[in-house]
Amino acid sequence: MTHVVLRDLTRRFGGVTAVDRLSLEINSGELVAFLGPSGCGKTTTLRMITGLLLPTSGDVLFDNKSMITVPTEKRGAVMVFQKHLLFPTMTVGQNVGFGLRMQGVEKREMQRRVDEMLELVKLPGFANRRAHELSGGQQQRVALARALVVRPKVLLLDEPLANLDANLRLEMRELIRNIQREMSITTVFVTHDQEEAVMLADRIALMFDGLLQQYAQPQDFYQRPTSARVAHFFRNDNLLAGIRRGAQVETALGTLEVDADRTQQPDGKVLVTVRPEDVRLMPNPDEGNCVEAKVLLQVYMGTHTQVQLDLAGHTWMVHSPAHFQAQVGQTITVQLPRSNIWLLPESAS
Amino acid sequence: MQKTIRWVTMAVIFVVALAPILPQFVWSFSHRWLFPALLPTEWSTEPWDYVLSPTSRVGEGFANSLSIAVVVSLLSILVGLPAARALALHQFRGKVVIEWLLMVPIIVPGIVATMGIHQVFIRLHLTDSFIGVCLVHLIPCIPYMVLVMSSVFANYGTELEDTARTLGAGPLAVFRFVTLPGIFSGLLVATMFTFLISWGQYITTVLIGGGTIITLPMVLFPFISGTNYSNAAAISLIFVAPAILVLILTSRQLGRESAVMGGFGKL
Repeated sequence: MTHVVLRDLTRRFGGVTAVDRLSLEINSGELVAFLGPSGCGKTTTLRMITGLLLPTSGDVLFDNKSMITVPTEKRGAVMVFQKHLLFPTMTVGQNVGFGLRMQGVEKREMQRRVDEMLELVKLPGFANRRAHELSGGQQQRVALARALVVRPKVLLLDEPLANLDANLRLEMRELIRNIQREMSITTVFVTHDQEEAVMLADRIALMFDGLLQQYAQPQDFYQRPTSARVAHFFRNDNLLAGIRRGAQVETALGTLEVDADRTQQPDGKVLVTVRPEDVRLMPNPDEGNCVEAKVLLQVYMGTHTQVQLDLAGHTWMVHSPAHFQAQVGQTITVQLPRSNIWLLPESAS
Repeated sequence: MQKTIRWVTMAVIFVVALAPILPQFVWSFSHRWLFPALLPTEWSTEPWDYVLSPTSRVGEGFANSLSIAVVVSLLSILVGLPAARALALHQFRGKVVIEWLLMVPIIVPGIVATMGIHQVFIRLHLTDSFIGVCLVHLIPCIPYMVLVMSSVFANYGTELEDTARTLGAGPLAVFRFVTLPGIFSGLLVATMFTFLISWGQYITTVLIGGGTIITLPMVLFPFISGTNYSNAAAISLIFVAPAILVLILTSRQLGRESAVMGGFGKL
């Protein structure tokens, strides 16, 4: 149960700024995902939390105490890497007991806690196996047990599921989530997979190029992205240029009504967006916000049909019911429901 | 299938590594062995009597060679291990230059470097001394230690050490429980290399030792250039013994992990 604060955390490598003035707060027992494409600075941030890497400037606080001068081995922030998981020269039991051995825990107590932890990760009786006798998923679980057995203040997972196949990944996701809830350990995990972040995390910190883009609950990244780039990362490329005046936005396709309280953009140039699953291809005439669109492409996806539309020169993607039928090239009327419209700042990208 | 491969490997090892030693063995017990004869016409234990007597200085040479090789191996580890780690895991200015410098003793004949070093060592009063010989042996030894160990370190990576640190292990505990066990078999091979390189040094020992430090090769060489093959054969058998011993001992260690060296472990 540790409250973590990162304050203006910056790390430069030579002339490159890997992490730029990152500030965020992680509540006790919260599970936070650092999300972003590779090279965005998420792993660097993780290493700075553990103390394996010192920040160029800024501070890391655990329960309001600065950790900058505390060496890694005394911080209680345990990291699980994605590769080279287990100590190859030790048995599974010795691996799990390593942290306790370092603390000088008495042998019988150590044995008991190791067995208990192996039980928790569903590998009872594996204590005498050698690391190389285990499958990838089992090694992953042993690594997790090894981290949890010391009751870490903060648990840090670096792409913990990247090397597992799809089924195993689902299983591990569930295991991590359950154990994390049960023990209520403050946890940070790094991933480049937005789906994984959404499924696991209480909150997501999305980073691009060392800069924090948005730190919010998963649904906000769908409903309230802060920029076109964030929306793009969450698979929404539907953009329409416009000029906002109060509850109305002027666009090339006419005036759209928006919920004034649902958007933080000031009056002026904006980008209108509606998520692919929220655009209505069968408009309800009572609600307005109907615009003309040309069908560019249809792809049947089984559970739905993906329709590519042209909206005044912008290409939009829409998920329609699977039975939706239209001719390519046909002009249809689509509805941008007032409650689903979100406005983004007009950005250079 | 695997059994066949093992036997073929054993056979090749025997022919290539051990068979050339057999004639030496016969030579060392011969008194008269002239060309057409398949075996010596007269046998004798005289060469061994000579070799084991104090006048031959084989005992002294053996002791010197052994202690020099041990000290050189230890010094190589002391210097080479940190260097190998730095070269394998860190990026820094001038890294390429250092890598090249390390290759130089392998490329440039030892005598060239030793001639220059000789002058310096005279001024530092390091010539004709045990430690001087050890230091000059480091020149051909360190590159092998560093090259072997840097690839071992690069392969081992830092994740396990980092994991151990986050689990509460201080730098010493990390080295003792994680780093050392991880690199041990590689270190064994590298130490074996340095030991044997030092063991086989001749020119460098002669120049820096100046005849004061007598090593086994120095006892051996006059016999090879002379005509007493029997004595040379006996000394050369003593000379090659540690090499074979080291090979067998280390391969037993390595046999568990390395398939290539595994064959030796069964000897």
